[in-house]
Amino acid sequence: MSRFIDLTLNGVSNGAIYAAVAIAFVLIWRATRIVNFAQGGLLMVTTFIAFSVEQATGSYWLAFFVALASGLVLGGVVERVLMRRVEGGPPLNAVIATIGLLILLQAAAGMIWGGTPRSFPPAFSIRGYHVGGHTLFFSPFDLFTVIAVLGMAVLLALLFRATDIGLRLRASAFAPEVARLQGVRVGRMLTFGWALAAMTGSLAGLLIAPAVFVGPNNFDPVTVFGFTAAVLGGLDSPVGAVVGGLLLGLSLSYVAGYAGSSLVTLAALAILIAVLMVRPSGLFTSTRARRI
Amino acid sequence: MMRIRTRSVLAVAVCAATATAVASCGGGGSSTPGVTKTTVLIGSHQPLTGPAAPGYSEIAPAAKAFFSYLNDHGGVNGRKINLIYKDDGYNPTKTVTVVKQLVLQNKVFAIWGGLGTPTHTKVVDYLNASKVPDLFVSSGCPCWDDGSAHPYTFGWQPNYTIEGKILGQYIKQNLAGKKVGVFYQNDDFGKGGLAGIEQQVPKSQIVSTQPYEPGNTNVAPQITALQKAGADVLVDFTIPAYTALGQLTSFKLGYKPQLVVSNVGIDPTTVGGLLKAFSKGKADTALIEGAVTDGYLPSTADSSNAWVQLFKQIHDKYDPKAPWDGNVEYGMASAYTFAQALKAAGKSPTRQSLVDAVNKGGFTGPGLVPFRYSKEEHGGYGGAQMGAVKNGAIELSGPIYVTDPGNGAITTSNAKQPAPGADGLVG
Amino acid sequence: MNEAQTRQPMRARRSREPSEPPSGPRPRARRLRLPEQTLARHLLLALVFGVLLFLLSISLGAFDNLRMASAAYFFTALAGLTVLTGLNGQISLGHGALMAVGAYSTALLVSRAGWPLFPTMVAATVITALAGVLVGAAASRLRGPYLAGATLALAVGLPGLADRYPGAFGGENGIDVAPPTPPSSLGATFPLERWEAWIACTGALVVYVLLANLMRGRVGRTFRAIRDDEVAAQLAGLNVARVQILAFVISAACAGLAGASLVVVTQIAAPGAFPLELSLSLLTGIVLGGLGSLAGAVWGALALVFLPQWSTDVAQSFSLSNDVQANLPLALYGLVLIGVVVAAPQGIQGALRGIARLAWPRGRREPSTHQEEGDDAN
Repeated sequence: MSRFIDLTLNGVSNGAIYAAVAIAFVLIWRATRIVNFAQGGLLMVTTFIAFSVEQATGSYWLAFFVALASGLVLGGVVERVLMRRVEGGPPLNAVIATIGLLILLQAAAGMIWGGTPRSFPPAFSIRGYHVGGHTLFFSPFDLFTVIAVLGMAVLLALLFRATDIGLRLRASAFAPEVARLQGVRVGRMLTFGWALAAMTGSLAGLLIAPAVFVGPNNFDPVTVFGFTAAVLGGLDSPVGAVVGGLLLGLSLSYVAGYAGSSLVTLAALAILIAVLMVRPSGLFTSTRARRI
Repeated sequence: MMRIRTRSVLAVAVCAATATAVASCGGGGSSTPGVTKTTVLIGSHQPLTGPAAPGYSEIAPAAKAFFSYLNDHGGVNGRKINLIYKDDGYNPTKTVTVVKQLVLQNKVFAIWGGLGTPTHTKVVDYLNASKVPDLFVSSGCPCWDDGSAHPYTFGWQPNYTIEGKILGQYIKQNLAGKKVGVFYQNDDFGKGGLAGIEQQVPKSQIVSTQPYEPGNTNVAPQITALQKAGADVLVDFTIPAYTALGQLTSFKLGYKPQLVVSNVGIDPTTVGGLLKAFSKGKADTALIEGAVTDGYLPSTADSSNAWVQLFKQIHDKYDPKAPWDGNVEYGMASAYTFAQALKAAGKSPTRQSLVDAVNKGGFTGPGLVPFRYSKEEHGGYGGAQMGAVKNGAIELSGPIYVTDPGNGAITTSNAKQPAPGADGLVG
Repeated sequence: MNEAQTRQPMRARRSREPSEPPSGPRPRARRLRLPEQTLARHLLLALVFGVLLFLLSISLGAFDNLRMASAAYFFTALAGLTVLTGLNGQISLGHGALMAVGAYSTALLVSRAGWPLFPTMVAATVITALAGVLVGAAASRLRGPYLAGATLALAVGLPGLADRYPGAFGGENGIDVAPPTPPSSLGATFPLERWEAWIACTGALVVYVLLANLMRGRVGRTFRAIRDDEVAAQLAGLNVARVQILAFVISAACAGLAGASLVVVTQIAAPGAFPLELSLSLLTGIVLGGLGSLAGAVWGALALVFLPQWSTDVAQSFSLSNDVQANLPLALYGLVLIGVVVAAPQGIQGALRGIARLAWPRGRREPSTHQEEGDDAN
């Protein structure tokens, strides 16, 4: 029984991390209808920036906010300079552009910070909570991660549903021409969408980094699982991203614990296919009637 | 119509190809590829980028630094050693391309230090068929140790099973009766080490063996299983990242087993670097303090050792940006053995004379243990000395153990590490 | 309106209006006329390419033959993928895994079951095609990023089988395959690399003929119809799911043959040879070369073989610090990807077509593929 509890708690903390990355994917998809393969690279760079700030100043929270700010800036710059030029063309070109950007970011990080992974501090202690003489596999940092991710998901859901700017973001993505007619500055909305998504990614990076170390390739596995979680939950739904992340985190933890860690990637495939066969657009998308 | 035209074109092409082949022979006045009167060209394949790069990417630049030092002091038999290393990203397809390029285009004299088991196994047959010396593979797989099947391939670092046996013997002798758990990488490295442990430690003592896949950083299922099984001794056949991950997870659980770690995964500079942000005022290496390990080269912290002093000097002058750690020492020591082999190959080295020189064996240098080189045995270092992490550095002590990768007994050796310069190669 | 009805008027129109300029190349003095029949045309072109490749292989050294062989197996995979993604609009990030299926099938049959090489390559293609049925069936329900996510999970997950069942699949080291020995009729000193290049190029030429025919034919039309407007195609009587699956099967067969050629050329069937990076490279290859065209697949294959080499050479020509030197080739590669997609959105083939149009403007527009389809006697 206690093994089950350990695996469950492990699944929840991992799941929160996948959810964090998934939310970033959802955000970019909702705002620009692009799958951003460079997401892992962007969050890696902002985490490296946080690392450098923390090394230089010794202050974790300053590094935290610098990471979020640099995420905003980086996302906006990427959209303006690169994605703007491919947004109008064939959708596959945008995918290739983000793949190229990912490679470029990883190479640049390797050049600037080197390939040796760095240690990144957690916001709070990683010692498990002591409950009734037994150490739980859940620490203050895990609690912070879960709260931060849930909070992010709620804020984003509110942003899209209940605010004016959220409406404008959605309009710019779904129907840019109509939005323009209505006076929406579509270009600015797209830039804002990317900036917001990159900032979300930065938060994910800060939460993940203690467990995977900071290196040019260290965020790749988490990014793949994060994308899987986003697809699982439905790319249009921040709530779906959280549910997808938790579902994936828990399932993979149980698989690793009871069947062996070599089955994890296969299990992810199986889970994704199983869900998509029943709900081809993810768990939380409403079926859209096809207009003829 | 087509056929006649093809035939005449074919004839022209064959003539052209033959002419080119004839012309390309005999460049530089020597018929041995890669060797001229003043230089020797060698090649290597290394993971310089990608997930396998951390740590390993330091090895080849360190070797190059050592060769630069040698070259500045006259080289070997009057020839400067020129090392070209190419990135294969730990992808065997790239390894094949890169090695064929080194042999066919760059025309290297020999391959040195090809890194990785899944990568290098794909080029062993090619190199042996092409009679290219394949010296000192950077991997502890027993696959290189076969002088009859692969006469041109030689290992260098101690075989993983040899290491497992020696660590297992330590557990048997010093930690008898304690429950042992093994946390190992799910490939030749981990499985080979586990085989050695299982040979020495009684079956009843091993309560849990948990493999991990490199690339999947979630090791909680494995560590919690080891804790649940009650393992008081945790054997780690892990690379540094996973030694650190294992320790962080153990810390989270309040689990404090006695660590016994492979020399591959214990370098305090590397592991300490990964644990730094969690140490909060204590030493970076606090979480691995007291870990038992083994070594076949002197500890990088042993500043009284003449070889360490020499290598550190070379590092500070020729490779200063790299951290001073076990990877750099590895690269330089392996480069040193190559230089020894080249010297023993004679004033006009050929590929065959290089291979014969290694087969003759008898090299001594920075290694603490003797080599296992003969016509049949191509294994490399044959043992290790036990040690532990004390005050953040590895301290080796006790007898030098040697054994074979099979069922042979573990014996002690009286080998003494010579001073650098004893054979006139350095200093 | 069903398909049969839409076709008749086009043919009828042609015969009723002789004043309409004839489709096909306008006869000019000193201009070669290719046969009108699709199959004959492509066979002839394949023969010409075959002869050129043969001559090339004879005059190149061993390493260049190896590169030619690599380009050939990349073309085989890219051709199938460009049909799937360019013609049929299904994005796949999992074709590296399908290549792995072909490669492992080949390795297992050759080294464990002792099969001879050519039947093995055929069998590997068939096995991968069957895998394509499974994947395609799952994929036929998915669209856009969901299909991308599912195929990405395939690319990441499938190589894990080798680690899970190391006894059957050889684990991390994979399966050892002996190099294919050239037949004794070619002489004892016939270079291995040239023989490998011949095998890979033969596979590439077979794929070229079959796919070129397919693209010009009825099946190609149905692929394009579904890509352009799925609902209209369904109304026109096409069974969308079946066509999607067919497209997947065809591209999987090509990937399987490419995997078999990969084993022939490199003797590797190991999980490390089929990382996610391979699937992403295939995708970038078809876009770089020019989506939806076989010529684009050729450019893509050449880019995949020569671009990493070129960027490494550039990096090594400067003397730089270790970190910069190791990462510069990747940085250049990323920049090239971005550059091509921004500056030449139609890929290399599109850019060449644009240049050709500027250099040799024709009196009337080039016949579009839609008009040419009317030629087919289907």
